[in-house]
Amino acid sequence: MPTPVLESPIHDPAETLPVPERRALQAHRLQETVRRASAVPFYRDALGRAGATAEAVRSVDDVRRLPFTTKDDLREEYPLGLLAVPRGELARVHGSSGTTGKPTFVAYTRRDLETWSGLVARFLVAGGLRPDHLVHVAFGYGLFTGGFGLHYGIERVGAAVVPAAGGNTPRQVMLIRDLGAEVLVCTPSYALHIAEVAAAEGFRPGDLPLRLGHFGGEPWTEEMRAAIEDALGIRAFNNYGLSEVIGPGVSGECPYRTGMHVQEDHFLVECVDPDTLAHVPDGEVGELVFTTLTKEAMPVLRYRTRDLAALDRSPCPCGRTGVRMSRVVGRSDDMLIIRGVNVFPSQIEEALLRVEGTAPHYLIEVSRPGSLDEAVVKVEMRPSDFRDEMRQLQELHDRIDREIHAVTGVRMAVELVAPNTLERSAGKAKRVLDHRRTGRS
Amino acid sequence: MKIRQLSLFLENRPGQLRFPCKVLGDAGIDIVTMSLADTAQFGILRLVVKEWERAKAVLDAAGVVVNVTEVLAVDVPDRPGGLAAVLDAFEQAGVGVEYMYASAARERGLHATLLFRLEDPDRAAKLLEAAGVKLVGPDELFARS
Repeated sequence: MPTPVLESPIHDPAETLPVPERRALQAHRLQETVRRASAVPFYRDALGRAGATAEAVRSVDDVRRLPFTTKDDLREEYPLGLLAVPRGELARVHGSSGTTGKPTFVAYTRRDLETWSGLVARFLVAGGLRPDHLVHVAFGYGLFTGGFGLHYGIERVGAAVVPAAGGNTPRQVMLIRDLGAEVLVCTPSYALHIAEVAAAEGFRPGDLPLRLGHFGGEPWTEEMRAAIEDALGIRAFNNYGLSEVIGPGVSGECPYRTGMHVQEDHFLVECVDPDTLAHVPDGEVGELVFTTLTKEAMPVLRYRTRDLAALDRSPCPCGRTGVRMSRVVGRSDDMLIIRGVNVFPSQIEEALLRVEGTAPHYLIEVSRPGSLDEAVVKVEMRPSDFRDEMRQLQELHDRIDREIHAVTGVRMAVELVAPNTLERSAGKAKRVLDHRRTGRS
Repeated sequence: MKIRQLSLFLENRPGQLRFPCKVLGDAGIDIVTMSLADTAQFGILRLVVKEWERAKAVLDAAGVVVNVTEVLAVDVPDRPGGLAAVLDAFEQAGVGVEYMYASAARERGLHATLLFRLEDPDRAAKLLEAAGVKLVGPDELFARS
């Protein structure tokens, strides 16, 4: 029997709903969702093609009759083609980076925002947040769901927020120390970076007032958790979410930290083989698929997250009955998360196409030499474009650098390499070398 | 009077300089003189060889990125102020220098021989000769090496 890392209450009784009761609630809400989604032309067509109707959804298992939704679908319905309510009912719009420089938008009604903050409050409370705490939020505030999502969840609990947002790490350390924040909210890699900057300024672990951390927005490991906990002298909790489903709050850890409880009264989760789309048995890694059960503005049916993880339905000693998902162990597409930002190799290609004098032959190498991700893009020169001038090469280099930043929003080091030096395999070229998965680099 | 120079693109990593030199060596091509320009990201190796066409062909075949440019070889009196006087002539003639380097092939004791990459080599050659600057042609330069 695992031991809890701290004592914490349960925020919402719905978290402990007995499984049969929750399945009945899910079935009812699933039918409602299909009914709401039918108001959206995209879903109406997709449901028609699948031969599925709201009336045919009688149990949770009937979700299998429904069509899948992908990121491409969201992109094609740019900007807000998947709205299931009149525009006037919207309360907020968020977005996530897309593959072509355009974000994909997600929308919320007033009630969606209340649902969302309640879900964030659930995992925050499960991870020890109390109303008397002060929380330092170093997530970006903006279209990204991390900043505002956590912000309103913290307020929902009744705790105080320091909306520090990203950047200027020494200043963040100063704010944490001077304002006495007990809780840190950011990406795990940024937490480690804050720890390094604090150490460089002479702080020892435990010197800062921090006691708890709630981290998400990118995949991380148990080793990284241990490193963050040691460096900051805190307890660190993992949470998961994606804007297409709602944002952070889709699932989060309890004090036993044996997986993240999915908020099943609001999301139906499936785990499928990414190739066959058949369900994989519990405990096996597959692609997570979510169907929203209560979202009003933008319900989503069987959204393919591309995130690979496993589900665990064994009872948890914390009393929460929501199925636990493992850490995200990979992606079923080629998306990279670099310093918390989603990057697709196709974006690099798009950037290179804007620059004359480069071939679309490139390799992205990602590593984590310290606490922050570093990305290097190797780009092959075209021999015909090589002149005998440093200035021309430097300009080419700088243009590529600028275009990649403009398209992805991330700074990457650019290396010009000789033609035909990047590995070409039969068929699909190797575009990504991610050293973060293989070791400490 | 112009000299053909080969410019090679080099990535900034170990072995990048050795490889083209070995390709030329294996082909029996002698390097008359060379210069290396580099930044943190990449470098350009500039070579003057006797058989530039054959050199380019073997380098191309080996996958090296090669560009052919024209440079002028200039004899500069080997005494204090010698180079300044020549550059003064450049300036009088309105000839802009993109880069220059010293040639290993020269007549020791008499003068230094410098290679200049100029904006418009043909026009520059005429103006410099008119200004009394001594240009060295390929045959003469190669005879010294």
